[in-house]
Amino acid sequence: MEDVILFSRAQFALTAMYHWLFVPLTLGLGIIIGIMETIYYRTKNEEWKTITKFWMRLFGINFAVGVATGLILEFQFGTNWSNYSWFVGDIFGAPLAIEGIMAFFMEATFIAIMFFGWNKVSKGFHLASTWLTVFGASISALWILVANAWMQYPIGMSFNPDTVRNEMTDFWAVALSPIALNKVFHTVVSCWVVGSMVCIGISAYFIIKKQNIVFAKRSIKIATIVGLVGIALTIYSGDGSAYEVSQKQPMKLAAMEGLYRGQTKAPLNAIGILKPHTEIMNNEKDVFYFDITIPYLLSYLGYRDFNAYVPGIKDILEGGYPTQNGEKPLSAKEKMSSGQKAIEALSNYKKAKKENNTLQANKELSILRENYENFGYGFIKDEKDLVPNVPLTFYSFRIMVIGGSFFVLLLLVMTYLSYKNKPFENYKWLLWVCVLSIPLVYIVSQSGWIVAEVGRQPWVIQDLMPTSAAISAIRASSVLTTLIIFCVLFTGLLIAELSIMIKQIKKGFSDKTL
Amino acid sequence: MNVLGRVFKFYYQGFSSMTIGKTLWIIILVKLFIMFAILKVFFFPNFLSSKADTDKEKSAYIVNEMEKRKVEHIN
Repeated sequence: MEDVILFSRAQFALTAMYHWLFVPLTLGLGIIIGIMETIYYRTKNEEWKTITKFWMRLFGINFAVGVATGLILEFQFGTNWSNYSWFVGDIFGAPLAIEGIMAFFMEATFIAIMFFGWNKVSKGFHLASTWLTVFGASISALWILVANAWMQYPIGMSFNPDTVRNEMTDFWAVALSPIALNKVFHTVVSCWVVGSMVCIGISAYFIIKKQNIVFAKRSIKIATIVGLVGIALTIYSGDGSAYEVSQKQPMKLAAMEGLYRGQTKAPLNAIGILKPHTEIMNNEKDVFYFDITIPYLLSYLGYRDFNAYVPGIKDILEGGYPTQNGEKPLSAKEKMSSGQKAIEALSNYKKAKKENNTLQANKELSILRENYENFGYGFIKDEKDLVPNVPLTFYSFRIMVIGGSFFVLLLLVMTYLSYKNKPFENYKWLLWVCVLSIPLVYIVSQSGWIVAEVGRQPWVIQDLMPTSAAISAIRASSVLTTLIIFCVLFTGLLIAELSIMIKQIKKGFSDKTL
Repeated sequence: MNVLGRVFKFYYQGFSSMTIGKTLWIIILVKLFIMFAILKVFFFPNFLSSKADTDKEKSAYIVNEMEKRKVEHIN
C-alpha cells in the first residue's frame, strides 16, 4: 500500500506541476496581450498591432500545447483515488463541471475570433474577444482553485452515511470560503508576474541581440507595470493566505516556519538551515544550524497580534495549547481515537440499517456525527504521520518569498529604466538577469504550490481523509507504468513547446498570426 | 450568405491561413488521441465500477475499505 500511495502521489504531483508550466503563462501573458491590443485599439498605431500579434503567437503556442493536460488529473481521480472520488465527488465535481461547461466554452469560442478574426471582425469586437478569452481562462482557474481550496478547508457540506458521500449544502460557502477567495486571488495575480517576467525576459533577449529593439522596449513598458501590479497584489493576498493558514491549517504554518515549539511574540524566520527532522522530533532542542529571524512578525502575520501564541508542530500533536478563542485543542491521540470511533460508528450504522435495527442505527449515527470532524484521524497509524515534510515545505516557502522579493526589486529597476527611457543596451548584465528570470519565475511559482500541497500532508481533505484512505486498492506496478508514460508524454510536450516557441521568438516581431 | 455559411467561411479561412497553427493542431490531436484513446481506455478505468455495479454496492465497498484500513492502521 505504501508504494501505491507514493507512486500515486508522485504521478499526481508530476501531472499538476507539468500542467502548471502552461497555466500561469496563459493567464499572465493574456493580461499583457489584452493591454497591448487595447493600446492598439485606442491609438490605431500599427506597431502595437504587430507587438500584440507577436505575443499572441506565443500565447497560442502555450495554450495549444498545454490545453487539456489538466484532464489527466481527472483520469487519476477515478482510477488511483477512487475512495476519494466517491467520498467527496459530489462536492468536488460541481466546480469542475462549471469550469468545463462555462469557462471552457467561453475560451473556445472567443479564442477562435482572437486568432482568426484580425481584419475579419471589427477592431472593437476583436478586442472584446481577446479580453473574454483572458477572462475565460481566469474563470477556468477560479473553479479549479475553489475545488482545491475546499480540500484544504472543507465547508458547506454534510456527510450522508447512507451513500457514504459528502453532499454540498451551501454552494456559496464552498465558492466564497476565505481560503478559496485568497487562493484564487493569490494564484491568479501571481500568474501576472509569471507572464510579465517571461515577456521582459524575451524582450531583454531581443535587446541583447540588437533585434526588434523598439518593439522589445514597448513590451517591457507594459510587462513591468503588469508585473508590479501583480507582485504587489501577490504580496497582499499572500499575507491573507498566511493568516488563513494559521487559522485553518496550523500544522502547515508550523512546517512553513520550521516551528517545532510554539511561543508568544513569535519571530518570523527570514532564512535558516534546518537540523534533521528526526533529530528535532527526538527532543533535539535547537532546530536550526543557523537562522535569521524578524521579531514578533510571525505572531502578527498569523494572528494580527504581536503578542499572539503561535503553536509549533509538537504543541499541535500534544494539544491543549492556548488559542485566541480560549478553546483547548485536542491532542493528536485524542483526535485519532475520535476518528476511529467515527469510522466504527459508520460501519456499525450500515450494519444496523441492513438489519432494520433503527434504534441501533440512530445511536451509531449520533456517535458518527459527534466524531465526524476527526473522521480522517481514524486512518492515521502514528501521530508522527500527521507532520508534513518539514524541510521541503520550509525551503519551498523561502524560495517563494525570497524569489518574490527579488522580482519586486527587478521590476522596480526595470520600470524605472523603462519609463525614464534609459538605454537598456548599456546594462547587459541586467538584461541577462531578466533572461535568467524566466526559469526562476517558474521555480518560484511551483514552490508556492509545493508549500500549499506538501504542507497539508497527510490530508487529501483536511481532517477528513488522508492519502492512505483516499487511494484505490490497485497494484503499485500499474501506477508506476502510467507514471513513466506521463513522464515521457509531458517531457515530449514540454520539448515541443520550447522548440516551437524558440523558433517563433527567433523569427521576431512580425504581422503574422498563428 | 447566411450566418452558418459565414461562420463556416470564417473558420475555413482561419484554418487554411494557419502556419505554425497547423503544427499546433497536430500536437493537440495527437495529445488528445493519446489521452482519450490510449490512456483513458487502457490505463485509467473507473476503478470503483470494476468493483461494484450499483451505487449501493459502491457505498458498501467504500465502507468496507475504510473499515479495513482503519483496522490495519490500529493494529
